[in-house]
Amino acid sequence: MSLEAVLIIAAILFAIGLYGALARRNALVVLMSIELMFNAVNLTFVGLARYIVPAGIQQDLGTLLTGQVFAVFIITVAAAEIALGLGIVFAMYRNSESVDLTDAVELRN
Amino acid sequence: MVSEASVWAIFLLPLAAFVIIALVIRPFFNRYAGLSGLLLIAALAVSLFLSILALGAVAMGQEPELQAYRWLDLGDAVIELSPLLDPLTAVMAVVVTSVSLMVQIYSLGYMKGDPGYARYFAYMALFTSAMLGLVLVANILVLYAFWELVGVSSYLLIGFWHDRPAAAAAAKKAFIITRIGDLGLLIAILYLFFQADEFAAAGMNAFHIPDIWQAVQPLGAGGAILAGTGLTWLTLGIFAAAVGKSGQFPLHSWLPDAMEGPTPVSALIHAATMVAAGVFLVGRFYPVFLAAESTLTVVALIGAFTALMAATMGLVMNDIKRVMAYSTVSQLGYMMAALGLGAFPAAIFHLVTHASFKALLFLGAGSVNHATGTFNMQYMGGLRQHMPLTYLLVVIGGLSLVGIFPLSGFWSKDEILVSAWTGGGVVEPWVSQATLIMLGIGVLLTAFYTLRMIYMTFHGEFRGGVEQEQLDTGADSHGDDVQDTGDHGGLHLAESPVVMVAPMVILGIGAVVLGFISNPQWIDLFGVPKHWITELFEHGVAPVLSSDAPHLVLPKFSLQIAAISTVIALIGIGLATAMYARGSRQYSSAVRRDRDPLEAGGPLHRLLAEKYYIDALYEDAVVRLAFYRAFAGAIDWLDKNVVDRIGDVIATIFRNVGRIFLAPLQTGEVQAYGLAVALGTLIILLGFLLV
Repeated sequence: MSLEAVLIIAAILFAIGLYGALARRNALVVLMSIELMFNAVNLTFVGLARYIVPAGIQQDLGTLLTGQVFAVFIITVAAAEIALGLGIVFAMYRNSESVDLTDAVELRN
Repeated sequence: MVSEASVWAIFLLPLAAFVIIALVIRPFFNRYAGLSGLLLIAALAVSLFLSILALGAVAMGQEPELQAYRWLDLGDAVIELSPLLDPLTAVMAVVVTSVSLMVQIYSLGYMKGDPGYARYFAYMALFTSAMLGLVLVANILVLYAFWELVGVSSYLLIGFWHDRPAAAAAAKKAFIITRIGDLGLLIAILYLFFQADEFAAAGMNAFHIPDIWQAVQPLGAGGAILAGTGLTWLTLGIFAAAVGKSGQFPLHSWLPDAMEGPTPVSALIHAATMVAAGVFLVGRFYPVFLAAESTLTVVALIGAFTALMAATMGLVMNDIKRVMAYSTVSQLGYMMAALGLGAFPAAIFHLVTHASFKALLFLGAGSVNHATGTFNMQYMGGLRQHMPLTYLLVVIGGLSLVGIFPLSGFWSKDEILVSAWTGGGVVEPWVSQATLIMLGIGVLLTAFYTLRMIYMTFHGEFRGGVEQEQLDTGADSHGDDVQDTGDHGGLHLAESPVVMVAPMVILGIGAVVLGFISNPQWIDLFGVPKHWITELFEHGVAPVLSSDAPHLVLPKFSLQIAAISTVIALIGIGLATAMYARGSRQYSSAVRRDRDPLEAGGPLHRLLAEKYYIDALYEDAVVRLAFYRAFAGAIDWLDKNVVDRIGDVIATIFRNVGRIFLAPLQTGEVQAYGLAVALGTLIILLGFLLV
């Protein structure tokens, strides 16, 4: 498997996530789509770390694993973010008994 | 004998006392506030000693070498810090430190138990050091700073009892009115600043006072740096500041109101020293004034007119401190008139004697207030039996003020009258004649109001003091009528404590002997050479006078003038005795209306009691009508109709642009915004790829 294939898959994943985040009306689905985009980014990190390692510093484990470490870091942040996002969705549901994003337009004009 | 450090110390010691009291004792050790007065007294005692040494050195021509410290470079004008030790400085320093010392000792008793005790002495220390700085410095800009500092401390002290509305208003009035005059000094300094390159071309410094003296002398072919109209305006500007500070007409109206401050403050600041700063300022620039004849004419006429007008107002006042306040204004008028006539030494001689006897009179008024709780003479009377020492001292001070042989005021006032009599050629003869007439009438009025004050206060029967006054005026409901009740509101008819009487005794001795010590007229007295002040000032000024400038007027004692002025004074005394000596009977509200014989004057009495309506003119016409209504009204109209309108129009334009073009884009849908961000990113990326 080449780097191109990894990047194309990541791009497709990102595009799907972007479409979901922008087009779906259900807040939960939007959150899931955002997760997709995170993972597309993770995939890019890992792929690039796997195929493109700067020459001359291969002995250094820290440099070698930068991409992977970032991926793990993003997963952690994404977990925190989803907890926060779900909290907001709950609050929104309690207020308006709806998780439809097109209903949440109080800041219009 | 006198080193440079000791000259600086005269000013720095009270300043140190101020710093310690204000920054250490008051915030952290207010329990020991009693120390603050003692600290200031100790500092002033040393300052007084050093001032006397300095005066001795100046009198013997042994001035120390004084260094100038560079402070700021402004192109051609260099601002230097250096003391100027000349006869005027030395005499003023002795006057300021000695009167201040007496007043501080007196304050120990007078201010006892006041909650602001430490604050009071902090202000007093600030004032004294600022005043000493004012007389010591040789740079006009630094002098200006001290001039304003003196004004600020005066403001703080007039408003010392700031919870009393009358005191707060009086403090504000004093500050604002003197500021009007100070504008003149500022303009004079700016004028000098613009001449700085010419000064520099002649190797001089435009801000250095001795250089300013020199600048009126012709330089080779080019003529003097300061001459003609510029010189006239420069001197008029300086004189304007002196008018404000010394309470001369037309800026006199703040001084009587300033009596709202504690009485020792009135004695020190508004009688003996600060108000004399105007006389000092003119004296400081006297060589410059001598070259400007038209200014001297103005000085002489304003001084003489003030001497006369203030005396007439003093006739009808019922507040003992106000009588003395008008008397102070009037006596400062005498000094100014003397300056205008070219009799510089006579003016300073009168300043010295006046400082002593007027401080004594004010302290006497404070002592009377201590006993009766009021300043209204209508509620005094008969105090002679209760406080004989105060009575004796006030009589000495009063007769000195009137100018009765052999008290000090006799000698100094005589010198002024002699200089008006002989004219001296500094100003036109008609000016000195007009001055002489006004000052002569002033002598009569002075005698009358002084004796009226003494009779109303000390003779006749006691009329109830503060208790009766509160009964009549409805007590505390309007505190404005009951002045200075402070913490000594109580009525206890007895002589004041020793700390209050002792300084008065010293000042009283001064009022008796100062005429001989400071300027003996005929003979060398007890080792004091005759006319030494006169000659000292003559020698101090003469070297810097240009050859064609008129010379100082140096009056010698004249028996005719002395006899005439004594007769005039005796007429005034006789009139007052005839009208007031028996005093009124036991006070009762029913007879109050017809008690003061002067009220027979009808409308004239009313005119005087209303101070010629000058206060009303200033407050109603100038402040309310011209300033509040016309000026502030115009500004208000401009603000509302021009400035605000422009702002409104601009705001409307942008609000409508926003409403029409931008508001529809704000749908509130997060996903629409997200789409815009995504598309934007995409377009930027495409741009990068394609270009």
